Amino acid sequence: MVTLKINGKLHQLDVPADMPVLWALRDVLGMTGTKFGCGMALCGACTVQLEGQAIRSCVTPVSAAAGKTITTIEAIGDTPAGKKAQEAWIALDVPQCGYCQSGQIMSASALLASNAHPTDADIDAAMAGNICRCGTYGRVRAAIKQAAQGAPIGGKGARP
Amino acid sequence: MTTVSRREFVTVLAAAGGGLLLGYRVEGGQRAASTAATASTPGATSPGFAPNGFIRVGPDGGITLIMPQVEMGQGTYTSMPMLLAEELEVAPDQVRLEHAPPDDKRYANPFFGEQMTGASSSVRAFYEPLRRAGATARAMLVAAAATSWNVDPASCRAQKGVVTHTPTGRTLTYGALAAKAAALPVPDKVTLKDPKDFTVIGTPAKRLDTPSKVNGTAQYGIDVRLPGMLIATVAASPVLGGKVAGIDEQKAKAVPGVRQIVRLDDAVAVLADHMWAAKQGLAALAIRWDDGPNAQLSTADVVQGLAKASETAGVTARKDGDPVSALAGAAKKVEAVYESPFLAHVTMEPMNCTVHVRKDGCEVWTGSQVLSRAQAAAAEVTGFPLEKVIVHNHLLGGGFGRRLEVDYVTQAVRIAKQVDAPVKVVWTREEDVQHDVYRPYYYDRMAAGLDLRGTPVAWTHRIVGPAIVARYLPPFFKDGIDIDAVDGAVQLLYDIPAIQVEHVRHEEPVLNTGFWRGVGVTHNNFVIESFIDELAAASRQDPVAFRRALLGKSPRAVAVLDLAAKEAGWGKPVPRGRGRGVALLYNSWGTYLAQVAEIEVSGSSDVRIHRIVCAVDCGQVVNPDIVKAQIESGVVYGVSAALWGEVTLKDGRVEQSNFHNYRVLRINETPPIAVHLVRNSEAPGGIGEPGTAVTAAALGNAIYAATGKRLRKLPLQPGLASSTR
Repeated sequence: MVTLKINGKLHQLDVPADMPVLWALRDVLGMTGTKFGCGMALCGACTVQLEGQAIRSCVTPVSAAAGKTITTIEAIGDTPAGKKAQEAWIALDVPQCGYCQSGQIMSASALLASNAHPTDADIDAAMAGNICRCGTYGRVRAAIKQAAQGAPIGGKGARP
Repeated sequence: MTTVSRREFVTVLAAAGGGLLLGYRVEGGQRAASTAATASTPGATSPGFAPNGFIRVGPDGGITLIMPQVEMGQGTYTSMPMLLAEELEVAPDQVRLEHAPPDDKRYANPFFGEQMTGASSSVRAFYEPLRRAGATARAMLVAAAATSWNVDPASCRAQKGVVTHTPTGRTLTYGALAAKAAALPVPDKVTLKDPKDFTVIGTPAKRLDTPSKVNGTAQYGIDVRLPGMLIATVAASPVLGGKVAGIDEQKAKAVPGVRQIVRLDDAVAVLADHMWAAKQGLAALAIRWDDGPNAQLSTADVVQGLAKASETAGVTARKDGDPVSALAGAAKKVEAVYESPFLAHVTMEPMNCTVHVRKDGCEVWTGSQVLSRAQAAAAEVTGFPLEKVIVHNHLLGGGFGRRLEVDYVTQAVRIAKQVDAPVKVVWTREEDVQHDVYRPYYYDRMAAGLDLRGTPVAWTHRIVGPAIVARYLPPFFKDGIDIDAVDGAVQLLYDIPAIQVEHVRHEEPVLNTGFWRGVGVTHNNFVIESFIDELAAASRQDPVAFRRALLGKSPRAVAVLDLAAKEAGWGKPVPRGRGRGVALLYNSWGTYLAQVAEIEVSGSSDVRIHRIVCAVDCGQVVNPDIVKAQIESGVVYGVSAALWGEVTLKDGRVEQSNFHNYRVLRINETPPIAVHLVRNSEAPGGIGEPGTAVTAAALGNAIYAATGKRLRKLPLQPGLASSTR
């Protein structure tokens, strides 16, 4: 038995300790917003936040997430950074096929929460792990900048 | 691909709930599933005039478009409703969408005669039919209102889902009029709006699918969940034609959560409670393979076969003048061989399909570009008639031509036939990369003759590769010519008096090959636009000026070329190590696209792209923001392929397996991409694929400008590293 705290709710799961969080979310809990892309932490489609940090759930065993706070795409809109990211994503019509966009938004909102005014280099560093085969990168970059243009979101990088 | 002449017939059908249901029929669509003989007389022998699309106006005023085209990122779920909304006089966001079920009779793409989303065809194929359907519905709703008020329909106008009697200001909603409209005769003729009166078409309307794609609620095939469903992952023979020789079933069954092993002759699936157990179970199987006849093959064998085939003449697809004597009499002759590798699609959503085979029928949940083929595939495997096979379509996590194939559906149904529960078959990324239906390896022989002033007097292009169309759309394979393999080559815009384009059909049964975001033209454009650059260099002329001088008969091509050159600062000096390359695209999609790429090659031969500028004339633009997004998308897809994309074989096996060795572009490597539109009212051109097709040549030409190295083989990056001048 492992207890996971996901989006503020506790879940008791009878799964192997080495099961990646991705499959616990998708196949055990039925939370399919988090996507499977590569299984090797190469593409970022499976990105969720663990204690506010963007992590690849396809290689993170549930044992490493037990007792910590997991946030997924289903609830990221409840955080200030996530809400801003989603609004900017909609304003700029970022998604195409959309399959990678859960992961893009999870990485972007983790960036925005810790760095209210990311530079291009900050965006490169935070987002290079998220592949998009539809090539929405230009709009992802623009949406992060747009989200950052509002009031400071908070976190260590926030400026008054 | 080709268009066919068509007439639309609009019919009123009985609508549930007293609403107005309109179908439109298309005559003349070639029946891809029929015989070549039938298709040789298009229109004349089409089996019936079955409707292929539906609008529903509910009694509540809700407008539903039952979408024949599938959404895979290209924006069709927004552009198709815009076409309808324009003539129906509703806002695009008032149109609700439903995935159409598989049904070639009702939902065929008029270009292909079957239900198909591909070949950058949706807007081109449905531009008139959907507008006509909307205009007809509007005319009937207006007529219904006029009858209610006993006034002249001409004194009424429709706007935003409401009909108003202008002199009195009385109004009735479409919902209130739906039942009455349904009882009226269908007008023989409706007048479509003049493009100058468009209020929806040509505007950057918001995508209708965005909100669900930012909060995790969008449903892809891989997200299907059913009561009692098992999750399977699969390993097919790593060598095409190989068979399963043995497995350790007990070891796999010992993995907690594993429920069943299904062994097919060429693949094994492990079914489990979740993907983690299925993956571990599959690994525990330690499958032994009988590799079969392809076990020793490598890429070099494929190239050798193509090279040999290139020595023989092919089927002539275009001939102008007398290329043989023009070449012989030329002051200078330039010859070159170009190669384009096998490519994988690598959609972000790996292949998957969920199937429940019951005693009395079969149900399939998946994302497919060809729903009726998915249905037919399931029917064939199960032996059920088509009407016993229900297919539920979903959003596609990328298509790029991969989901024009139904191999993954066939395989999932073969597995599910042996299971007493619904089963979701999910390929791992490794399975996805190694069992793709690849863009073929192409081998092109070029020759051109220049006169004393450096003007081309002869052009010959021999394309060697398979005929995908012969397999996939036999009615379109005529006189031995694969219209896709020669796409872009036969439409060559350059005004050269002697031209010959040949296709040498050469099938390589070592890998399955198929469509890939542009397919034939992806390699033809690379070859043509690199070779024309070679001719410019041979005649010591500027690449833009050289092209321009040969485009006297193509003002639209000149316009995009000039615009791209201007916006890119063509001709302005660049620092050492940098270079600009240009390429021009025109082919069966009807779109003109010019691209200028500015790149830098570092000391270690790494290519860094500084910026890419595109100028596009795709005729009537439906949604300029989606057009721009599609060009950006195509360019990024094209850059990945041009710089790094390559599937190679060793011992009959694909050597690549995941994103670490099938490299694709990431955000930190993506340059600014500027897209400039030339707006006019010409017929709409395709937009999903041009950005991909034009990019390789622009990059290759930029590398030449920067380094003096002419790369004739894709991908460019390894070629640059190993090339000598």
